[in-house]
Amino acid sequence: MAETSTTPASARSWHPVARYGDMARLWVRAELSYPASFAMLVVGSMLINALDFAGIAIMFSSIDSLGGFGLREIALLYGATGVGIGIADTLIGSVERIGEFIRTGRLDQMLTKPVPLLVQVCSDRFTLRRLGRITQAGVVMAWALPVVDWTPSRVLVAVLMVLSSSALFFGLFVLFSCVQFWTSDASEFANAFTYGGNTLTQYPLTVFPRELAIALTVVLPIAFVNWYPCLYLLGRSDPFGFPAWLQFCSPLAASVVVAAALLVWRTGVRRYTSTGS
Amino acid sequence: MPLIDVSGLERTFVVRRRAGFVRRTRSEVRAVHDLTFSVETGEMVGYIGPNGAGKSTTIKMLTGILVPTAGSLRVAGLDPSRQRTQLAQRIGVVFGQRTTLWWDLPLRDSFELLRKIYRIPDARYRENLDRFVELLDLGDQLDTPVRQLSLGQRMRGDITAALLHDPEILYLDEPTIGLDVVSKGRLREFLRALNAERSTTLLLTTHDLQDIEALCDRVIVIDHGTSVYDGSLGGLHAQGGSSRTLVVDLVDEGPPIDVPGAWVRKVEGPRQWLSFPTEASAAPVVAAVAAAYDVADLSIQEPDIEDVIRDLYSRGA
Repeated sequence: MAETSTTPASARSWHPVARYGDMARLWVRAELSYPASFAMLVVGSMLINALDFAGIAIMFSSIDSLGGFGLREIALLYGATGVGIGIADTLIGSVERIGEFIRTGRLDQMLTKPVPLLVQVCSDRFTLRRLGRITQAGVVMAWALPVVDWTPSRVLVAVLMVLSSSALFFGLFVLFSCVQFWTSDASEFANAFTYGGNTLTQYPLTVFPRELAIALTVVLPIAFVNWYPCLYLLGRSDPFGFPAWLQFCSPLAASVVVAAALLVWRTGVRRYTSTGS
Repeated sequence: MPLIDVSGLERTFVVRRRAGFVRRTRSEVRAVHDLTFSVETGEMVGYIGPNGAGKSTTIKMLTGILVPTAGSLRVAGLDPSRQRTQLAQRIGVVFGQRTTLWWDLPLRDSFELLRKIYRIPDARYRENLDRFVELLDLGDQLDTPVRQLSLGQRMRGDITAALLHDPEILYLDEPTIGLDVVSKGRLREFLRALNAERSTTLLLTTHDLQDIEALCDRVIVIDHGTSVYDGSLGGLHAQGGSSRTLVVDLVDEGPPIDVPGAWVRKVEGPRQWLSFPTEASAAPVVAAVAAAYDVADLSIQEPDIEDVIRDLYSRGA
């Protein structure tokens, strides 16, 4: 392909990421042009998030363990999935509004700009408000850290867990939002899997039937968001008797989901440009 | 090779309609059918047609948003849908009713973002911005949030936004919709200057025929997805088979005027309306009337282009 510009290849490949940053920055500035409204939304979001974990903590005033896990151990699970979905939601949460972009014609406008469509869609209405969720989940996770008997390999698994968990939710957001390329008003459908998945993974899988645990491993692999790596961090053997190597498979599961998501995204965009609806 | 080359272009849509509770009927609608035209660099072309004629479908295919069902299509030597991002660097698109500007931020911020998106060299960006701001009189608005701009100012902002990266082709969809007469005039003047200075090719869809008359040497009329006229604006008058009108004010009321080559359409007291063919000269008709009658005043009315086009549409149907 005849690229007319003389930009070096390395600069070209960074172009989408850099433009994401530019657009996100503008959205933040636009948001801050209404300071009072921004402040109220931040406070509101922090209150809601704080109450969220409080519910689980209160439950533990009358029980000692849930599914064989103590409060701090559950806090670890809660924090890992919360940070993951928080990061994914902050970076690409807007992808769930793809149906709206199609209906209003904004997608057409984006298609006439020389920046990858996914970058434009994801950066749209980037908001710092979503940082509230990451902060809250991060605080809960930090409080849980002493429960782990830290070794270098556990530190590594913990870091990979947070990265994979973000990537997995990123994949799920994109994957299920793409449904809107086929039925343009189904944003709630994606929520069932992303936020629904987040809620499921806030509890140890031992509270659920074995069949669900299997499904969350092989069908919709959100058990890799936190459950398997946390088993390793906590030095527990798998309560369902599943193989121990699963505990190291989170990056693999995340890669598979992200690859599937990008493939479905491309198919969806191609469908849009070939059907016009 | 022409800048825009369209040949045998075809686009069908599948429409599903509910027929009963679950059953759906499937039908195909042809939005564009056997469309062929080409545009050379520097042309200003009016692309007109009634609602649903296939105008936006064509524009979407030309910009790479929509893949054609059949036919061949080249814009600036590129295949629009396959090389969409490359093409994006070389075209500018303005949708009259939707802004691409950042609503809550000063105009300048939207422009700065575009500089990065299109990787416009700094010097070129500054030069273009200065020029357009001057021509479009946007100097005082650069630091105003877009939401506080008037419709005319915002449209001028949108057009600047579409031009900062020096596109070879500018697509304008209803650029003057909702603007007052002064704003419309200023915008047309700007587009003419742009075309003269940079030979930017313009493809304009509009319902405002004054836009066409002020800007376009060439019009393509599309109806039911296919081109029903492609040529000069003057030729469009002849196409319509319409007639010019000679308005005669006689000194006294009298019987209908009888001269060769013209016929009376209407009589109202001493004033009479005579029609004669567009391609005929007005001179012999005027001379004949003046020789045989006591004339107080004379005037000639050119056929209304809207009538001509309405006529074309109804013939296509």
